[in-house]
Amino acid sequence: MELFTPDYGLIFWMFIAFGVLFLVLWKFAWPMILKSVDERADLIDKGVEYAQEAKIQLDNARSEAEEYLNTARKEQAQILRDADKMKTQIIEQARVAAQAEAQKVMDNAKLQIQQQQKEAQQQFRNQVSEFAIQIAGKIVKNQMKEDEAQNKLVNSMLDQIEQNKN
Amino acid sequence: MTRIKLIIITLLLAIASPLTRAGEGTDSASKKIDPKEIIFEHLGDRYGWEVPFDHHHSIPLPIIVIGTDGLHCFSSARVEHGQAYKDGNVTFRIAGEDSEYAGKVVEIAADGKEIKPLDFSITKNVCALFICVFIVAGIMLWLATFLRKHPYKAPRKGLGGVEACVTFIYNGAVKSTLGPNARRFAPYLLTVFFFILVMNLTGLVVIFPGGANLTGNIAVTLVLAVCTFFVTNVFANKHYWKEILWPDVPLWLKCPLPIMPVIEIFGMFTKPAALTVRLFANMMGGHMIVITLTLLIFIFSAINPVAGGASTVVSLIFSIFMLLIDVLVSFIQAYVFTLLSAIFIGLANEEGHEKEKEARTAKEIGEKIVDALV
Repeated sequence: MELFTPDYGLIFWMFIAFGVLFLVLWKFAWPMILKSVDERADLIDKGVEYAQEAKIQLDNARSEAEEYLNTARKEQAQILRDADKMKTQIIEQARVAAQAEAQKVMDNAKLQIQQQQKEAQQQFRNQVSEFAIQIAGKIVKNQMKEDEAQNKLVNSMLDQIEQNKN
Repeated sequence: MTRIKLIIITLLLAIASPLTRAGEGTDSASKKIDPKEIIFEHLGDRYGWEVPFDHHHSIPLPIIVIGTDGLHCFSSARVEHGQAYKDGNVTFRIAGEDSEYAGKVVEIAADGKEIKPLDFSITKNVCALFICVFIVAGIMLWLATFLRKHPYKAPRKGLGGVEACVTFIYNGAVKSTLGPNARRFAPYLLTVFFFILVMNLTGLVVIFPGGANLTGNIAVTLVLAVCTFFVTNVFANKHYWKEILWPDVPLWLKCPLPIMPVIEIFGMFTKPAALTVRLFANMMGGHMIVITLTLLIFIFSAINPVAGGASTVVSLIFSIFMLLIDVLVSFIQAYVFTLLSAIFIGLANEEGHEKEKEARTAKEIGEKIVDALV
């Protein structure tokens, strides 16, 4: 049967055709195609790896930022607390100082008042004594109009001096 | 809805046309249809390339023969329809039905005897072969050029499909079987795959650039199998030859009578033979079924116009179905040929000694063959 007996002419041409095709593709097509496909696959793999790393780094950065934020918040709270404490302290101090100052001022005032009181008393006494002397002088002038009374007084005084000498 | 209408109208027209033709045919000439002849004419090779709807003309192709007095080269148009052609001092013609060399170009000796010259004609199959070579080389060089011009860029559309096919075959059939040797044998295996695929597919196209039953021709598949045989044995390692000449079996199986070596050497040749026959038979079978289904229309029309009309619908549906199956088979057979070639090459390059590894690969290969054949 013709179908099952290979025709040598066709075998010859088939060898040549296949050989030429193989050589051409072997030289110009397959290495290029396989190489670029592999390279592209590598590139994609690298890209995926890079993206994953970037994601991990981003996550890390985010958590770091969170940490920083937390510490900052803590510090802020601490600072606020410290400030509050300091404020109360300062107020306390100021109050104490103010009290002391006030005390001083009051003491001063008291002292002055006392002094002035004393001075006033003194003045008042002086005036009273002056008035008393004037009154006494007037009374004495009135009483000593008569000589008898003058003598009597001189005598009594003398008596007194005498008594004092003894 | 309109599509269904269109299909029905087409089918009706298809029924109507053989009816009228059959009606005419009964009066004019009761030409008998010889299905066997038609089938073998379509499956076989010829010197010209037939054109559709015209039995008297064909695309002429060069005939190259080395006769008794040297090389002759002339157009196939000169020997068409049994004409004798005198080229120089020698007369050539295509041998008739009753001749020993039916359908081949023969030289007519002085005494009227037919002598077969050495025939290297560019026949229909050879021409189709060249066309396939151009198609495969064109597509692959196009892809390679694209990849060179646009590094790191994936091709889109058609070229993307081609590239996907290449990577599918490379990863699926070549790399998985050959492992580290994949790069070394990939050019051969990929060439084989795409060449067979294109030959299969162009064989399914019925008009000019296609229609040649290439992979359904035993010469073509034989050459491919022989190439695989050479690649397998030339690049085989020591372990492979040791397994063939001094296999790991009880001594009595190989010492006085070399039973196992003979079987192994026989096996070296059965592998490519199986490759040849598998591809050849599958593709020829597919073509034969489609032609037979189409011929049924004419056979039935010759008997009875109504039966012919009915068989048109059935045959049409079946042959479309078969052609679609053949598209699938085209791919599967190309893949199977490539995969089996890869497996044979892989076996010849395997470093043995490890029973475990052998068992594993044998199991893998067995699974693969089962997958491929199912």
